[in-house]
Amino acid sequence: MTEARHERAPGDRPSREMDASAPSEFLVYTIGLFVAVLLTATSFWAANTTLLWPGGVFLGLAVLAIAQMGIHLVFFLHITSGPESTNNVLALAFGVLIVFVVVAGTMWIVADMNGNMMMSSGAPMSMRMQH
Amino acid sequence: MNVAVAIDQISEDALPSASEAGPAPKRIVVAYGFWIFLLSDIIMFAALFASYAVLVRSTAGGPTGAQLFNQATVAIETACLLVSSYTCGLMSLAVNSRRRLGTYLGALITFALGATFLSLELREFSSMIAIGATPQRSAFLSAFFTLVGCHGLHVALGLIWLTVMMVQVAVFGFAARVQRRLLCFSLFWHALDIVWVGVFTVVYLMGVSP
Repeated sequence: MTEARHERAPGDRPSREMDASAPSEFLVYTIGLFVAVLLTATSFWAANTTLLWPGGVFLGLAVLAIAQMGIHLVFFLHITSGPESTNNVLALAFGVLIVFVVVAGTMWIVADMNGNMMMSSGAPMSMRMQH
Repeated sequence: MNVAVAIDQISEDALPSASEAGPAPKRIVVAYGFWIFLLSDIIMFAALFASYAVLVRSTAGGPTGAQLFNQATVAIETACLLVSSYTCGLMSLAVNSRRRLGTYLGALITFALGATFLSLELREFSSMIAIGATPQRSAFLSAFFTLVGCHGLHVALGLIWLTVMMVQVAVFGFAARVQRRLLCFSLFWHALDIVWVGVFTVVYLMGVSP
């Protein structure tokens, strides 16, 4: 019972009984592999098909990738929403926040700078700065 | 929201808090520290992903991703890494139940699949360099080789680590410190697979889709 008081190590399974729960842990990995293969196959299909609107493929691929990362976290790394896993989830949430800030922030700033460098309207920079 | 719910459950269950229960076991502390390292590693990859996304169109008149990438190779690489992540999970099950044969078998398959992935990637790199698509050709290719090469470097380090761990299992058996290191290795290997999901989506699939 002392184990239940502590946080669980990331990557460890919720149940600690070695003998009784072994088949179910095997099943967890197998389900994870099955779902991950399904999502990967869908990604490769969506990237190559002509059935879908090309503008939507980009978004669909992003959604499929994020879904597959979630599947890996839950079925392979055993991240749960249980109380023993709070520290792991909080660290993960902070990591995801920083990843989002780095990626989205970089793309936003550089796209903005590209837009400012274009001078496509033909107006001088000083005139555009006034507005 | 989930975190708030989890915190509510702790107070209602009225379990002794972690501080009352004393310091956490070393396995939990070690794995948590390694988890923090992995998250910082993923943040480093996020910076490489961001630079790739910014530079992907800066081909300087050189070859584009759609001309260079071969989807069949990428599909095989993806399958290798995904199945190796699965066998790595099965290996950690064998480690937890102290089955030597299962551990060696899982490690062997994981190593073989990881080595296949790496050799396919190196062959892809050398064929690209052979047609003049070197890292110094364009900003796009610099970003590509940095991002994908950094992931490949991680896989290579993982293969060395796995070999060292199997030597340790052979020499020390399933000592507590060996089990902790094996737990860290499986975390590392699963995290590499998560990074690869980002790589094959952002670099290869978004790069070739119309």
